Formats: sequence, structure tokens, C-alpha cells
Amino acid sequence: MEKYLYIALFAPLVSSLFSALFTATPKKLFTGIIASTLIFVSFIASTILLAYILKGGEPIHVEMMTWMATGDLYIPFGFVVDQISVTMMMVVTLVSTIVHIYSIGYMDHDKGFNRFFAWLSAFVFSMMILVMSDNYAGLFIGWEGVGLCSWGLIGFWYHKEIATWAANEAFIMNRIADLGMLIGIFLVYWNTGTLQYDEAFAVMPSLDTATLTWMGIFLFIGAMGKSAQFPLHTWLADAMEGPTPVSALIHAATMVTAGVYLVVRSNELYSLIPHVGLFIASLGAFVALFAASMALVNRDMKRIIAYSTLSQLGYMFAAAGLGAYWVALFHLMAHAFFKALLFLGAGNVMHAMHDELDPFKMGGLKKVMKWTWIMMTIASLALAGIFPFAGFFSKDTILEAAFAEHHFVIYGVLLFTAGLTAFYSFRLVALIFHGEERYKIFGIHPHEAYRFMLIAMSPLLILAMIAGIFQEPFFGMVEEILSAHEYHIHSHTTLWIMLVGTQLFVGLAILYAYKKYASWSRVPDGTSPIENSFIYKLLFNQYYIPYFYEEYIVKPYREASELFWTKVDMKIVDATVDGIAGIVYGTGKKTRKMQSGNLSTMLKWMVAGLVGLLSLAVVFGLAARYSDKIVIFLSALGV
Amino acid sequence: MEIGLNHYLVLSTILFAIGLVGVMRRKNLLLLFFATEILLNAVNVAFAAISHYYGDLTGQMFAFFVIAIAASEVAVGLGLLIVWYKRHSSIDLDALTTMKG
Amino acid sequence: MFEAVAFYLFAFLTITMFFITVTTSQALYALSALAAGMIFISAFFFILGADFLGAVQIIVYTGAVMALYAFGMMFFDTTREVKEKQGNKYIIVGLSTLAAVLVVVIFAAPMVSENIVALYPAIEGVGNTQEVGLVLFTKYLVPFEVAAIMLLVAMVAGIVLAGKKMDLSITLMNDAEIEEQKNKKVLS
Repeated sequence: MEKYLYIALFAPLVSSLFSALFTATPKKLFTGIIASTLIFVSFIASTILLAYILKGGEPIHVEMMTWMATGDLYIPFGFVVDQISVTMMMVVTLVSTIVHIYSIGYMDHDKGFNRFFAWLSAFVFSMMILVMSDNYAGLFIGWEGVGLCSWGLIGFWYHKEIATWAANEAFIMNRIADLGMLIGIFLVYWNTGTLQYDEAFAVMPSLDTATLTWMGIFLFIGAMGKSAQFPLHTWLADAMEGPTPVSALIHAATMVTAGVYLVVRSNELYSLIPHVGLFIASLGAFVALFAASMALVNRDMKRIIAYSTLSQLGYMFAAAGLGAYWVALFHLMAHAFFKALLFLGAGNVMHAMHDELDPFKMGGLKKVMKWTWIMMTIASLALAGIFPFAGFFSKDTILEAAFAEHHFVIYGVLLFTAGLTAFYSFRLVALIFHGEERYKIFGIHPHEAYRFMLIAMSPLLILAMIAGIFQEPFFGMVEEILSAHEYHIHSHTTLWIMLVGTQLFVGLAILYAYKKYASWSRVPDGTSPIENSFIYKLLFNQYYIPYFYEEYIVKPYREASELFWTKVDMKIVDATVDGIAGIVYGTGKKTRKMQSGNLSTMLKWMVAGLVGLLSLAVVFGLAARYSDKIVIFLSALGV
Repeated sequence: MEIGLNHYLVLSTILFAIGLVGVMRRKNLLLLFFATEILLNAVNVAFAAISHYYGDLTGQMFAFFVIAIAASEVAVGLGLLIVWYKRHSSIDLDALTTMKG
Repeated sequence: MFEAVAFYLFAFLTITMFFITVTTSQALYALSALAAGMIFISAFFFILGADFLGAVQIIVYTGAVMALYAFGMMFFDTTREVKEKQGNKYIIVGLSTLAAVLVVVIFAAPMVSENIVALYPAIEGVGNTQEVGLVLFTKYLVPFEVAAIMLLVAMVAGIVLAGKKMDLSITLMNDAEIEEQKNKKVLS
């Protein structure tokens, strides 16, 4: 089985290196094909591992080589395939394979075709390291690796200034969070003496609660950055400047869920500190509502989906915070499927509309893009949590968990958010695919995507429809290592009322969205009364948070930097360095006259130097001879 | 009156000082070579005296090598001096300032 | 007593000779005084019982080095005095005296001289020449051979440097050829 582990891990690396060979050359179709094949190989290996674990096999734990061994510190390159990591591996490799194949079509006319595959495969490799590592150090490498690849892919079209800006924003925000994460890792090492998950978790119950709380908080700060939780959420929406397959893979299905993975992986730590868990759950619920509200009014198709991702991450954190780790992981998996599908569908629409992102400028596309319409509708149904699609099983379980844990506020917020989710998802679908064909005003002739792209998307379509049936086997698999709490409301009546009520609420939201937007006929121009209302403006400007960051963090920081540059750096640091150089220059200029080239003068200097050295010899000789007396003399002086 | 090591050392030092004066005040390159010979001989005296008073032959050995070095120095130095003189028809030190920085 | 007399006599003579060497303006005087000083130095070696060294001193310095200087001087116009512009004499004398005093302090003050131990003690019952031979060809064989090679190198270098264009003889050339050679020299 170790063989399959290594294949799953290193096939993406080979793919990345191979594609990287051709980065400087024009588009070569075979790089895309070979990269996709290698990722597919990785997927097959992951499937074999999954089958092995599902059959009840022991988790595979390998130690490839020693990485660091100094003193008490011992960190190996160790990898583990257990119930949690194999789930993540499946999600990552499956979505990656599909996105790779899809990208062959999507990036068809792009100059950076080969470079794109190099970055994308490197991302998959980093993500595999992240999920397969058996210690926090390896996880951190993967963590930084995905951050780097995310930077490279958001800023893939680096000639666009906004893309590079967004890439840097994402990277810097993640850096802030990674500091927290590092502190958390240091705390773990400091208090447990090891970074291996199993060994560290074995020590943790004996530590005091305050230490564990700090550990949990700092690790969660890392998770907040990677999963774009409030207040570090702004980068995710801006990251939509990257190519759409990247958004589907990185900013919906895999990388942003790394934070959830971290919390789930550290479940033994978080179950020891339920108060931190409650905070995580509350933050998750808040972000779910907060992001959903911003998605309600946005006019950028990709941003709407990004906010919905943010909202769904909030759901996952709510579940994980409440101790329902397996539910969080299951929602992570289901969400990866339908959100990737939604993004790839949006990519098709973007392609068709020549990179137009405003859904108000589309409309009626279902005639020309039938399959994309079907896929996005089903993905939206799954996202909204309509029976029997994937979202129903995962999201309703989160609601049930919140209810069963008696956190009714969280339950209420999540339920309300479910309604909002349904509304904005179908607002998007209705605006893009229904109603009048507003795009004609702009002279665009949309066309359906390549057939192979649609075929590549079809596994996601199927999974978005049927992922619910995996709930039972999944639960059976992960209950071995995650707290096996099946959340069932005790009274069947309550359960049914809840289920039906939720479905009705969501259904009504969908109907309302259709009613309001399916027959939309004009492009809003900012004159209608609703667009001028305070709430609309607040939501449209993302609660003015980016503005706030720009005004109260970036600008003061820039001013402080300027101050430090002109005052501290130039006046003190540079002046010191320049001063030293100046002294050397000055001495050289003054003593240059000594260098008259006259041998006689030089000889005089030589004799002078000889005299100087001889005097030193005398002084030191005397000092050495009379050292004891000198010591007495100095001590008499009180030195 | 017994002549001790210090007598020889003082003599050697005086000779060395004379040599230093020569090195510093001579502007004629040939005479500069003479002064260096004086320096070497002053040291040789010290070596021989130390060798004698400590009953150790190392000092004499060093004196031999100093003589050998002096001889080679004279050979090479004179050769260079002749080449220089052929070029510039002068062996004045003050004219020898091609190394001026 | 005899030793003291000899020491002071030769010390006086040596210092005088070397003093003349560094002060006279006549190159020939300086050469003669230097040769005399070298011979007087060898007297110290004889007093100190270093017979072989004394002999070497006379042969090498007075015989070889002085002859070399004498021949060398024939290349130069020794009748023409080199004008010696003197700088500050006090600096020269002061520096030299200071250096001398410091050296005396270092050697005469018992801070160094106390703890010298003989590395190769003199062998009893043999003459100085024999002793020197024994040490030179055992312990110092390699430095000795290296010194021999150095002398050979110096000899070759001296010949090459001084012997450039020795095949040209001005007396056998006519005027035109001499002019030609002069032009070459200017160009080279």
C-alpha cells in the first residue's frame, strides 16, 4: 500500500516538474494531457487507498526519511493515510483531475498554457503534502506551498495590475495568519516536545487548559487566514482575478478548506477546549451569514460564488466548532463537488460571454448553453440543500448538529443563511440563464464550451447529485478516529418538522429568486431606489471592510513605513553605514599622500612602523611580566 | 672586565641603528644596498653571540643562512640596478617614483 | 682582559667603518669602508669561537659580495655624485635611536633572555668547523639545500638581468648601427 501512497503523493510533483520544463515555450498540448494523466494516476492511487481504508484496513504510516534531527528535535518526512487524510486526498485528486482536464479547454488560447499546468500541479502536490503529512511541520510546508501556488495562480495574468494586487493581498493576508499558525505550532512543540500528531495529542490531555486554549487559538488563526474567515476574508473575493479553473480548484474545493482540515485534524486538541470550539462555531455562523448577505447584491458572478464559498466555510467551521468534526469533513467533501461544478460552469459562461462577469448583462443563456445551465442549476440546488442533492445531506446535518447541541442561536443563523444561500444562488442562475437575452445589446455571440470540458465536468455533476448516499459509509469510516456522535433529534416529529420546514423555507427562497429575476429585462444603472438604499450600498461595498482596511490599516502602515524609511532608515541606519564608509574614504584620502612612490619615504615609514611594533612588544612584555602588580594597582584604584 | 652577551647585543643594536640611518638617508640606490648589508651583519653578530653564550649552534646556522640570503640579494639587486641604470641612466631614489599613488 | 680589549677595539673600528659607509658622499669610500667593516665583524666571530662563520664572512662578504659591488659600480658613473637631498635629519636619527633603544630594552632586560634553552648544544671535544658540519648536514640539511638552490636562482637571475644585449659591442659597430640601437632603445 505504501507504493500507492508514494504514487499519489509524487505523481503531481512529476507532473509539475515536467510542465515546468516548457514554461518558456509556446503552448504545447501534450503538457496539459500529460499533467492531467499524472494527476489522474494520483487519483487512482488515492482511490485504491480509499478502498483499502474503507475495507477497514489499518491506517498507513510511513516515514520516508529524516528531515531534521538535532538534539531533542526530531522531525521526519512522515506521511499518514488514515480516514481523514484519505478523504481529503480523494477530494483533492478528484477535483484536480477534473480541473486539469477542464483547463486544457479553458486555457486553450492562453500564452501561459504550460506555465499554468506547472503551477496547478505544484499546487496539487503541496496540497497532498498538507493533507498527508503526519506532523505539524510537514503540514506547514504544504500550507506554505499551497499559499505560494495560490499566489502564482491568482496572479497568473500578471500583466493585469489588479491580478497581481489580488495575488499579493492573498499572500500577505495568509502571511499574517501563518504567523499565528507558526506560534501555535511552536506552542505545540514547546509543551509536548513533538510535532507528530499522535504523540502530541497523547500528551495534550495532561496539559493545563490555558496552554491548550492558546494553542487552539493560534492554530485557528492560521486556519482563519487560509479559509478566509472574518476578519481575514477580503482576499478570497479579490482572488477571483485568477483564471476560473483556479478559483474552482483552489478557492472553492481544496485550499480554502485546509483550515477546516486543520481543525478536524486537531480535533483531539479542540475537544479538550470546548470554549474555543464554541468561539469557532460562533465565528463560523457569523461568517456564513455575513458572506451570504454580501452575495445577495453583488454583480460579479465569480464574486457571488466566492462569497457563497465563504459562507459554506462558515458552515464547516460551525460544525467543527460544535464538535461535529465528521459532519464538517463531510460537508467539505460535498461542497468541494458542487462548488467546483458551479465554478467550472461559471467558467463556461465567462468563456461564452468573453470574460463578462456581470450577470445582469447576460440572461437567456439556457438556449445556447443547455448543459452548462443544467449543471449550474443542479449545483445550485445542491448548494441550497434541496433533497436529494449532496448539500441536503451535509448541510442539514450541520443544522441538526447545532440543534441537537442546543445552540439555537447558531441554528437560527445557519437556517436563515440557508435561505439566503438559496436566494442568491438562484438569483445568479435566473439572471444568467433566464429572461431576456440582454447580452445582445453588447454584441456578444455566446457558444457552448468544448464537449470534452462538459464531459470532464460530468463526474462532478453526478457527485453533486448523489454524494448524499455516501453519508452512511463515510460515517462508518471516520467514526474510528473522529468523535462518533451521530446527531439525531430524539423526537421524530421534531426532526420531520425541521426537515420539511427547512426544505419549504429554502424552496420559497428559490421561488422568490426566480420570480424576481427570471424575467429581468434591463441592466441596472444605479438609479433604482433599492440601489440607493443604505443596506444595498452597505452590502454592495462589502460592509466597507476593504475600504476600512485600506483607510485604517494600509494607509497608516504606509505612512509609518515612509516615516521609518525617511527618519530611521535614512537618518540613522543609512547614516551609520555611510559614516563608516566616509571614515574609510577620508582616511584613504588623507593617507594617500604617504604613497608618494618615493622609496626613501617608504623606508622611513617602515622604520616608524618597526619602532611602533617594538614599543608594543616592550609594553606587552612589561605588562606580562608585571601583571600581578598591575592587578594589585588597578584593584587599589577600585577598578 | 668580563665581556658578556649584553655587550654584543648592544654592539649589534648600535650597528643596526647605523644601518637604519643609512637606509633612511641614502638616496643613492647602490649605497642603500650597502646599508642593508650593515643591517644583516648587525643581526649576524647578535646571532653568533647568542650562539656562543648559550652553547647552541642554531644561532650560527641562522647566520649562515643570512649570509646566503645577503649574497643572493646582492646578485639579484645588482642585476636589477644595472637594468634600471641602463634605462634611466640614474640611480637616484627620488627619481624612482613610478609607483606614485 | 684580552677579550675585552679585542672587543672594544673591534667594536670601535666596526662602528667607525659603518658610520663612514652611511655618511660619506663618495661611493668608493663607502665601498672600501664597508669591506673593512665586514672584515672587522669577522673578528667578533673569531672571538666568539665561531671560526667557520668568520671564515665564511670574510670569503663571502669581502671576497664575493664586495667584488660584485665593485664590478657593479663599473656600470655606473661613480665619478658623478648622486645628489642626496636630505629631509629632516632629526627624524632619521631619532627613529634609529629609538629603534635601537627598544631592541636593547627587549634583549638586555631579562624578560626574554632568561628562558632560552639550547636546541642544539655544542658538542664537546670537536672543533667548531666539525660541529657546524654535523648540524648543518643533519638538522638543517633541507634548508641548506634550499639555500643552495636559492643562490643558483639568484645567480641565474643576476646574469640574465645584467647580461641583456651583452652580445652587442659598441666598439665593433659603425655610427649608423649605434644610432639604430639608440633608436631601438628609445622605442623599447
